[in-house]
Amino acid sequence: MAKHHIEAVVNGDAVEFLCETEETLLDVLRDTLHLTGSKEGCASGDCGACSVMLDGRLVCACLVLGCEVGGRHVETIEGMAKGETLHPLQQRFLEHAALQCGICTPGFLVAGKALLERTLSPTETEVRYWLAGNLCRCTGYDKIVSAVMDTAAAMRKG
Amino acid sequence: MRYEAPESLEGAVALLAAATGDSRVLAGGTDLLVQMRTDIVDPELIVDIKRIPETRAITEEKGGWRIGAAVTGAELKEHPRLTHVWPGVVEAANLIGSTQVQGRATLGGNLCNGSPAADSVPALIAAGAVATLAGPQGTRDLPVEDVMLGPRRLALRKGEIVVSFLLPPRPKGSSDAYLRFIPRTEMDIAVVGAGVSLTVDGAGSITAARVSLGAVAARVLLVAEAAQALIGSRLDRPAQERLEAAARAACRPIDDKRGTTEFRIEVAGVLARRAALIALDRARTS
Repeated sequence: MAKHHIEAVVNGDAVEFLCETEETLLDVLRDTLHLTGSKEGCASGDCGACSVMLDGRLVCACLVLGCEVGGRHVETIEGMAKGETLHPLQQRFLEHAALQCGICTPGFLVAGKALLERTLSPTETEVRYWLAGNLCRCTGYDKIVSAVMDTAAAMRKG
Repeated sequence: MRYEAPESLEGAVALLAAATGDSRVLAGGTDLLVQMRTDIVDPELIVDIKRIPETRAITEEKGGWRIGAAVTGAELKEHPRLTHVWPGVVEAANLIGSTQVQGRATLGGNLCNGSPAADSVPALIAAGAVATLAGPQGTRDLPVEDVMLGPRRLALRKGEIVVSFLLPPRPKGSSDAYLRFIPRTEMDIAVVGAGVSLTVDGAGSITAARVSLGAVAARVLLVAEAAQALIGSRLDRPAQERLEAAARAACRPIDDKRGTTEFRIEVAGVLARRAALIALDRARTS
């Protein structure tokens, strides 16, 4: 059958795209809209490398169909920095060396930012549980958790 | 593969009733999309029910709570009242998957995926939840324990969907709890799950109880004998032992890499006892 014609808002911009039913939001972002910051790790919702915000809710883009997002707002890692200015969490990931190969990093950043939008006073336990759906096979998690905690502390001070 | 997102129950039922090939209801998609990806299912029709208002609402009804089948775990947790009235249901739904999965996974999907290890199902059964179904012949109510017949097998008829769940009114001194065993801290599938809901009177005696066990049989069990062990007791040590024995006697588990038969039976008793103690503690302070 004919492809679906979808209109949505991605990182604040109105977008239109065509997709097949079986294409995921991650397929659409990467292959059609050429927003390749979101990564495909497992394609089964286990690794979090494709984390995006859908109508303000953290989700795995691999577990959403492209045709589901008609009229909805999607935010990806590409919308996190404002021009040349990194989001505070991105800056702290650099300072804490909270990444190595980088495949998991966009997902951690999007997920970490979502937590900081809910609370600027998370405990370390809360950070670890919140990020339990994001897998990293390089650094281990301590530097990532430190970066999130440190960003929260800095943002509390304003 | 056809995708439809009707905005009414009638529209969804008509699409599913008219489907000639394999059709699937899409709620959160956290099971369906993985099954499509791995070629376990290849539906000709997908009916997304999230644009139907009845599947997305949480409302008070007849002194109880009606929860739409497409309400997510995250939405349950954020609800200002449900966490206090039904903490066991909310904690069970919130054990399913990661934060990302919580943003999508639904109560209706967890039930209709048809897994005996579904975390929210024992909690709903213990709660006495009734599923409201819509189909070509109209709507009907079915207790949640009667919806799933076995692994991947449901009592739903052609064209029927689960619309919502009705949780009954809560007498004073009531609460619930859900516990599961997994070999790690987070992000795993229950080896055993236990849900307990109970009511305690002013003197500290249990006047009503329901006990449900997951992942210990081909379907999630409502264990009447375990509830009987609680009712009339103050959950002292002899009552705890009767509860454990009744829970274990009901188990007919498989033996697989995640847990042996003996282990699941043993743990079912332990979790039933611990869940009852948590529910009792909550009920006394509710």
